[in-house]
Amino acid sequence: MAETVLETEGLTMRFGGVTAVDGVSLKVRARELRCLIGPNGAGKSTCFKCLCGLLKPTEGHVFLRGEETTGWDPHRIAAMGVGIKMQVSSVMDGLSVQENIWMAARRHNDTGAATAKAEEVIDRLALGPIARTDLGRLAHGERQRVELGLVMAQDPWLVLLDEPAAGMTGEEVTRMAEIIHEMTRSAAVVVVEHDMQFIRSLASTVTVFHRGRVLVEDHVDRVMADPVVRDVYLGKQA
Amino acid sequence: MAMTTGRSAARDTGVVVILGALLVLGLPLVADTNMLTLLVIYGMLALSLGLIWGFGGILCFGQAAFFGLGAYTFAIAGINIGESTLPLVLSVLVPAAVAALLGAFMFYGRLGDVYLAVITLVFSLILFRWLNTTAGPAYVIGNARLGGFNGIPGFPLLNVPGYPRWELWGDPLYYVAAVALLVVFLLVSWLLRSSFGRIAIGIRENEERVSLLGYDIRARKTVLFAIGAGIAGLAGALFAAWAEVVTPSLFSLQQSAEIIIWCIVGGLGTRFGPVLGAAVVTSVKITLGGQAMLDNMLVLGLILVLFVLFLPRGIAPELARLWAWAIGGNRKPVRRRAPRGGVADG
Repeated sequence: MAETVLETEGLTMRFGGVTAVDGVSLKVRARELRCLIGPNGAGKSTCFKCLCGLLKPTEGHVFLRGEETTGWDPHRIAAMGVGIKMQVSSVMDGLSVQENIWMAARRHNDTGAATAKAEEVIDRLALGPIARTDLGRLAHGERQRVELGLVMAQDPWLVLLDEPAAGMTGEEVTRMAEIIHEMTRSAAVVVVEHDMQFIRSLASTVTVFHRGRVLVEDHVDRVMADPVVRDVYLGKQA
Repeated sequence: MAMTTGRSAARDTGVVVILGALLVLGLPLVADTNMLTLLVIYGMLALSLGLIWGFGGILCFGQAAFFGLGAYTFAIAGINIGESTLPLVLSVLVPAAVAALLGAFMFYGRLGDVYLAVITLVFSLILFRWLNTTAGPAYVIGNARLGGFNGIPGFPLLNVPGYPRWELWGDPLYYVAAVALLVVFLLVSWLLRSSFGRIAIGIRENEERVSLLGYDIRARKTVLFAIGAGIAGLAGALFAAWAEVVTPSLFSLQQSAEIIIWCIVGGLGTRFGPVLGAAVVTSVKITLGGQAMLDNMLVLGLILVLFVLFLPRGIAPELARLWAWAIGGNRKPVRRRAPRGGVADG
């Protein structure tokens, strides 16, 4: 059994009277691919933000590689070797693709090694033709790809992605799924998503959120077939 | 970015040194060195804000505070020590240390940009008000009386290190200040090429993203803020040596506002722009000072409004565009992105 890289214990987040995340306990192992799904307001994004330090959970604990990181600042969590991509694409608009990826690589490498690493990531993601272009001039799909490049350049052992396929074309989604599978060779990947098509194509273990709690946790095919999940979340169309 | 490789860095340094040397030696032929010294000093002050605002995204409304602190430190330490070498060093270190404290308070407190501007402005105004009240004999630091509204006159001027009798004023002071500006300019260029500088530009572009890459942006912004304050402090010391008196008006609202105008007029996000902006705006101001028909502040305000409306990127980027167009022959001028764009160097 691979080592557990991410674990939460009774993770709870309240905003005033609303309990967005309610006693969630998760375990993700090394090189595992895990999707967190659920309808809007189920608490998956809030849970995600607690994992990467953007929110401080009201109760409960987060452990990364056995170390308690509850309430840490995002930069400390990222510095441990955790690659994070938020829902809204977030890049350095005024800088080139190369400069963006170099900056991600520089965190764990010296200047020269970071330049080489950036080169390698640009090749892997086929970003060569636009390497010198400012991010502000790129299309949405390209920006998303560059942001994945930022995550890759950090050589993470845990990757947290919030809705990576949002707003992408069919072809781009397929490519995204390939990239994510490639990432699992060296890292555990946690994906928050509600595009069912995309989740099917990832074919991974799925944790279904409902009203802040974990409803089921199983392989995607069995989850889809589960009548409770269909009733509560997926509705009749799925 | 073109500045990342070793060869282009060497070429950049070469161009700056040659152009800088030509300007340093050539300008005294066409203008009075006394005025040029002031332009050089203001250029350095503008460069300090241009660095932290144009490249670090930190809008400091009170850069005058560090300029004034540098000047007062130079004067007070000079009176107590009697020689200018150590005071010159202190006039860099004291403002930098004060800025590091103030910056740590603001950046670790996660204050937004607006609050940052307000706090820095209020900080300089507090110093302004307080120094105005220090007229009595009770306000002394060592042998130096703070002197309230009248400030401190009669401190030792800049001298050749180790020889207090060889004071530098007039032409020699101009050359010292101009070479100091050139050296600071080269240091700023080097800083911007370094990893620290490149990551600072990333922070300007997207703070949250850079912190999610694992960088501690609070510490980095604090350090950059302190470096900017150190440069402003050096400019302050040179100003004190030039004016031969320091007064609380160094900390005034007008002084703070002017530095911001210099940067906007010259071109934010460029190294040369703020220096140029300071020179142009100050020249206009001095020329206008010779007549009484138009109010000076009114004209400065008008210049700012016109620039924001018609040349929002400032003089330097437009000059660079013209230059590229001129040497590129019939090729079209390269349009770069508007105000907060990349490192458009002028």
